[in-house]
Parts: sequence; structure tokens; C-alpha cells
Amino acid sequence: MSTLEIKDLHVSVKTDDGPKEILKGVTLTIKDGETHAIMGPNGSGKSTLAYSVAGHPKYDITGGSVTLDGADVLAMTVDERARAGLFLAMQYPVEVPGVSVSNFLRTAKTALDGEAPKLRTWVKDVNAALQQLNLDPTFGQRSVNEGFSGGEKKRHEVAQLELLNPKVAILDETDSGLDIDALKIVSEGVNRFRAQEGKGVLLITHYTRILRYIEPDFVHVFVDGKIADQGGPELAEALEAEGYDKYLTKTAAV
Amino acid sequence: MTTTLTDAARENLEAGLEVKHQITSHLNPPPSYDVADHPLPVGREEIWRFTPIKRLRGLLDGEASDAELTWDTTLPDGVSLTRISTDEARELGELAPNDRPSALAVALAGGARLLDVPAETELDEPVVLRLTGQGADDLVWGHVVLRVGAFSKATIVLVHTGSARYAATTSVLVGDGAQVNVVSLQDWDDDAVHLGRDAILVGRDATVRHTSVSFGGDVVRMHANVEYAAPGGEAELLGLYFADAGQHLEHRLFADHNQPRTKSNVVYKGALQGQGAHTVWIGNVLIRKVAEGIETYEENRNLVLTDGCQADSVPNLEIETGEIEGAGHASATARFDDEQLFYLRSRGVSEKEARRLVLHGFFQDLIRKVGVPEIEERLTTTVEAELAKNVLKDLV
Ligand SMILES: Nc1ncnc2c1ncn2[C@@H]1O[C@H](COP(=O)(O)OP(=O)(O)O)[C@@H](O)[C@H]1O
Ligand SMILES: [Mg+2]
Repeated sequence: MSTLEIKDLHVSVKTDDGPKEILKGVTLTIKDGETHAIMGPNGSGKSTLAYSVAGHPKYDITGGSVTLDGADVLAMTVDERARAGLFLAMQYPVEVPGVSVSNFLRTAKTALDGEAPKLRTWVKDVNAALQQLNLDPTFGQRSVNEGFSGGEKKRHEVAQLELLNPKVAILDETDSGLDIDALKIVSEGVNRFRAQEGKGVLLITHYTRILRYIEPDFVHVFVDGKIADQGGPELAEALEAEGYDKYLTKTAAV
Repeated sequence: MTTTLTDAARENLEAGLEVKHQITSHLNPPPSYDVADHPLPVGREEIWRFTPIKRLRGLLDGEASDAELTWDTTLPDGVSLTRISTDEARELGELAPNDRPSALAVALAGGARLLDVPAETELDEPVVLRLTGQGADDLVWGHVVLRVGAFSKATIVLVHTGSARYAATTSVLVGDGAQVNVVSLQDWDDDAVHLGRDAILVGRDATVRHTSVSFGGDVVRMHANVEYAAPGGEAELLGLYFADAGQHLEHRLFADHNQPRTKSNVVYKGALQGQGAHTVWIGNVLIRKVAEGIETYEENRNLVLTDGCQADSVPNLEIETGEIEGAGHASATARFDDEQLFYLRSRGVSEKEARRLVLHGFFQDLIRKVGVPEIEERLTTTVEAELAKNVLKDLV
């Protein structure tokens, strides 16, 4: 069982002119086994939502709550959140020079499980995960995200998703910058993850394209730090046809 | 006699002089074996302004001493280690000293040790020279020549441990087409003072990699100088240092592009932690008028782990010709990168472990360039031990 519950979340960032509110009351519940898509224009606060749930120090939570199976996520440190079962595939994965992918994966797996994985099976699992995402076997020796192409970065995020196997995955524009083949490969990885019992997915995207491969149960339209509309997969089709204009003018008019 | 020179003649003459190293860099005093040419510094001199002269404990005075470090060596077949006179060492064509301690070392060492790798010898194991100091009160003058003949392939490792007040000139003479890898590890006890000058002369089309690693010692000040005997040589100067509370670790690089189509690539990385930890990196590159078609790049990165540390980093590029392939430098001193820590922690890794991993990576990135598996392993082990001893203890 896993339920991620975000209630009336307010988040601001520090600027030279004082705090600037970016999330203006976001409420969203991802129940056991559900996939939710969040769609919205650039700058609407999608990444802010993802980072705030993951605990990035740049963001100040000024109101609301986030719980995972009832546990207070906001009271946890970044690594405690991961160990509680949250995973964030980042829009811009970070380079860690000199740390090899295999060292990184093993260290993360050890931290999550509280013990080192059995070497033989782990090496097999890593190789299989890399291969399924069409990443070279030598990929494990490269430094984390250093010199990776845009597509390699995203495929590496999904390889981590599969190997670390969290309860709830937040995928922040994992589709952006991918060609159609890479998009399919990445989507298959996400689908393998959510085919398991009870896995929650929050799929953040700017485009409807990926929703053809990963069908969401719910779609939320995100505008100006709030959810402006929600519905089923049909909402994504409407957005595909009409774009975000109608929501943007609505906010502008308010 | 009075002579009148036409402009063209003067240009020719000047170009000729330049090849003979008569034009001096603004970055370094002129090289000379004569100690009188290197007066006792007061501390304000450009080449001394970062160095805590009081902590050199009389090394600059130039007292005679016949104390030595103990030498324990691994010499592969075909390699010899002998003693030669100071004059013989000079005649081998080493680069003249360019600061007081290196001039004193040559003048007072009473001869040099010559490590000789004959021409066309490919060593399949490293030469290892383990130099150990008997105590911080010993005053030791060192003069070492590492000569690698034409078309040879050799790896030479110098390991400094124990304690001493040690000033040394180490000349690396690289024959045409040779491939040489020199690693100098300064792993002294806490009270050692080491003023070293490694001066490398690169033969035609030869390749040299020189790695300087400084962990221990109270004051360690190392030069790595490169000149080229002919066109086509390549030098890679790598360095790694870790300064703890109170330590002064200084690395001074000088790549003198005195020949066309030569390359230099400098990468030094350091970490500092603890009150009074001080590191200095000076990266001097001179591109002389004759040095057309050269490439040079230098980089220094420092990671400051706690308050109370100081990392000085000064890249200097002096260019006398426009006809270069590429020249660049980068210097950065920073604390831990929040984004890197966040990324690792978002995968469940604790803050302490994330810091350890970032630091490990910071150094590993350099270590894997060293290019000698057994040395890379040893450096990794040394770095991990240093991290365990210092970083894991104090950080969060
Ligand atoms: N440090 C900051 N200072 C000021 N504004 C910021 C800062 N960081 C983010 N923002 C603003 O927050 C808004 C939301 O950004 P983001 O969450 O990245 O949006 P999205 O992911 O939907 O494109 C943007 O308008 C952005 O300019
Ligand atoms: Mg975004």
C-alpha cells in the first residue's frame, strides 16, 4: 500500500526582493497504484512541486502538508524521504564527477536497504537494467551524468527507478529532449515499474506525447502554482488540441 | 667595438637568443646555479609571498649538512642508481635552479643520485624510490636526476615519508620519443618541511606525465617546471593535495613553452579542512615567441570543507606569440555543491556518506588520469584513509 497525500501546499523561494510564492495551495492525492499526470506551461511550478516533495533545500514550505502512508514527509530529511519510499527522476540530473554509475547505484541501494546487496545478483540486476534501457555495459564505469547526452541522463534516471524500486515515483519531464525511440524505451521502463503491485507515479510533463505510452489514471492541469483543472485521460487529449491558452487567459483575467 | 644592427638582423639575433632561453619570464626569477643569485627572501617577493618563511626552520639559511634520507628502492632490470658529482649532473643538461632552496640543494648535496633508464628500454614495472626522513631536526639537501633515454617507457614513483627539513632538486630528463610517468608522493609526518623542485626537460616528441601528491608535512612547497628540448613534446602535470589544520601545501607550476608544437596540460585538485589549513597553487605558463602551434590548458580546483581554511589559486598565462592552437585556464574554489549532495541524498544516501562520495569523486576524477593501475590503487587507498581519518570524523 502507498498513498502520497499533498494538502494545500504553499512553497516559496528566496529572492533579492524577499520570498516569492511559487506554489499557491496544491492539493493532490495519489492512491495505491495510481498514475497521475501533471501538465502545465513552463514556469507554472511543476518542478517546484517535485523538488518540494523531495526536500530540496532551496524551497521553503510555508503551508500545507505532505504525507506518505500517513507519515509526515515534510519532517523528514532528504535521504529519509527516499528511504521512506519516494523517488524523484530529475528534469536536470546532476553531474557527480569521479563517482562511477556502478558505485553510485550500489551506494544508493545499500543506503535504501540498510545492507549491501548480494554482489552476484546485484551486478546481474544492474546489467539487466542498463541493457533494458539501451545503455552500454561500460555505462557503469562512467561518472554519474558527466558527459551524458540528454537521452542518456533520462534513461539513467529510469534505470535508477527500476533498480531502487521506490513506492512512489515523481518523474519531472523525463520525456523532454527524447527522440521517439528513446521515449518508448523510457516509457517501457516506467510501465515495468508501475506494473508492480501498488506503485504510485506522478508524471510531470509539458507535452501529451508521453501519455500515449504511459496512460495516466488522472490528469491535472497546473497553472501559476495551482491545479487549474483535473480529469481523466480525455483531459490530456483536449490539451493536445487546444493547448494551455484557455487556462492562461483565465488566470490573467482574475 | 661598435656594431650597428638592421632591424631584420636584430630580430634574427633576438629569436636566436630566445631559443637559448635568454629572455626571461616575468613569472620566475632567472635560473642560476649560483646561490648568490637567489638572495634570502624577506617574504614580499612574488615567488615567496604565499609561503610562511618563519616555518621553514632555517632551511633558507643554507647551513651545510651531510644528513640524508634513507633510500629503499625497487629497481627493475636494466635500471641503475648511482652517485655522480654535481658537475656531472649539470653536464647531463638539467634545468638550472630557479629559487634559493633548489640552488642550495644542488650546492650543498655534495653530488647527485642518478637513476638511469637506458635508451629503448620498456619497463613493465615501476621504479619505486622510498625516501624516508629520520627526524624533523635533520637538515637534508637532495639532488636527484631521473634520466630516461630515447624511446624508453618508464614509470618512476618517489615516496616521501618520515620527517626532515628537506630541500631537493629533482631533474627529470626525458629523451626523444620517450614516455615517462613520474609520481611524487609527499606523505610526511606532521612536522616535516619539504621544499622541492622537480624540473622536467622534455625531448622531441616525448610524453611526460608528472603527478605530485601532497598529504603530510607542516610545510610542503613543490615546484614542477617543464621545458622542452625540441618540438613536439607533451607534458601533463597532475596534482592532488589534502591540507589539514595548520598545514601549508604549496604547488608551483611552470610550463615554459620554449619550442613549437609542444603541449602542456595541468590539472591540480585539492581539499582543505581545519583551522589554518592553507594551500597555494600557482600555475605559470609562458608561451615564447618561437612557440608556435602550442596547446596549453591549466586547471586548479579546491574544495573547502570547513571554515578557517584558505586556498590561494593563481593562474598566469604569459603569451608572446599569437600563433597558438589553444590556451586556457580554469580556477575554482568552492564548498560542497548543494545540488550534488541533494542528488545523492534523494537516492537515500545519508548526508555524511554523500559528502564522502562527492570528495571521493573529486579526487578519483584525477587519480584515474595517473594511468598506472597499482599507483591509482595506492592513491585511492591513501585518499580513502585520509577521508576516513579526517572527513568522516568531523563532518555532520
Ligand atoms: N530562485 C528563484 N527566484 C525567483 N524565481 C524563481 C526561483 N526559482 C524558481 N523561480 C520561479 O518559479 C517558477 C516555477 O519554476 P518551476 O517550478 O521550475 O516551473 P516548471 O517546472 O513548471 O517549468 C518560475 O516562474 C521560476 O521563474
Ligand atoms: Mg520544470
